[in-house]
Amino acid sequence: MKVAITSKGNSLDDKLDERFGRCSYFVVYDTETKGTEFIPNPNKDAREGAGPASVQLVASRDVQKIISGEFGMKIKSILDSLKIQMVVIKDPEKTVNEIIRMFN
Amino acid sequence: MSPRPLRLRKISNPPVISGLKPYGTVKNSVKTETVFLHLEEYEALRLCDHEMLNHTQAASMMAVSRPTLTRIYSRARRKIAEALVIGKQIIIEGGKIYFDSEWYSCEICGCYFNNPDKQVKKILCPLCKSQNTISADIDNLK
Repeated sequence: MKVAITSKGNSLDDKLDERFGRCSYFVVYDTETKGTEFIPNPNKDAREGAGPASVQLVASRDVQKIISGEFGMKIKSILDSLKIQMVVIKDPEKTVNEIIRMFN
Repeated sequence: MSPRPLRLRKISNPPVISGLKPYGTVKNSVKTETVFLHLEEYEALRLCDHEMLNHTQAASMMAVSRPTLTRIYSRARRKIAEALVIGKQIIIEGGKIYFDSEWYSCEICGCYFNNPDKQVKKILCPLCKSQNTISADIDNLK
C-alpha cells in the first residue's frame, strides 16, 4: 500500500507540511518495499486550484492514504469519490521519518 | 428572476449499483424507457426506508432542511413507483450532490482521519493501529 505525506523539504528529516495543496514536496512511501519517493509539488505557488491539481498528481501514484496537516474545502469530496483516506496530524513538529516509523 | 440556487445535498453512501432492469413479460416498447433516479433521491430513500431514520434526522444527514428532504423523498417514491408499475428501468445518476465521509480521531496519537470505505466497520487508527478511535466533527477544529 502506498501512502503520501506532505513535506516541507526533500529529506526524511524535514517536517510535515501543514498544507496539502501548496506543500513543498510529496513523499510517497510504499509500506511493502519500504521505499520512498520525493515529488516536488508543481502547484506550490499556484493562485488557485492547487488542491485538485495536487490530488491528481498524488492519485496518479496510486496512493491509498494521504497524511497532511490540513485539507481544503474542495479536496474532501474528490478524495471521497476516489476512496483515498485523509489523515490529519495536528502536530507541525513531526518529521516525515517519525510518521513513516509509525507504519512499522 | 432566476430561482434561488439549490443547496448541495450531502451523500454519505454512494449506491452499490448504477440501476435496475425489469424482466419478464414487458412490452418491448416500454422496455427501453428509463426513469432517472437522482443520487440525492437514492440517498433520501436509503436514509428513510433502509436506515429507518425520520425525516428530521435524514435531513440533517444530507445537510438540507426537513421540508426539502421530504420533497426529495416523495420524488424518489414517485419515480420508483412509476418504474415498478409501468415496467421501466431505473438508472441512478445526477443530482446536486457532494460526497462526504465521517471523521474520526485517535485517542493514542491524536491524529484525525476519515473512513472512505463504508464496508469496513471496525475502525483502526491508520497510524498507530490502535482501536481507541472516537467519532469526531472536524469542522469544529478549524
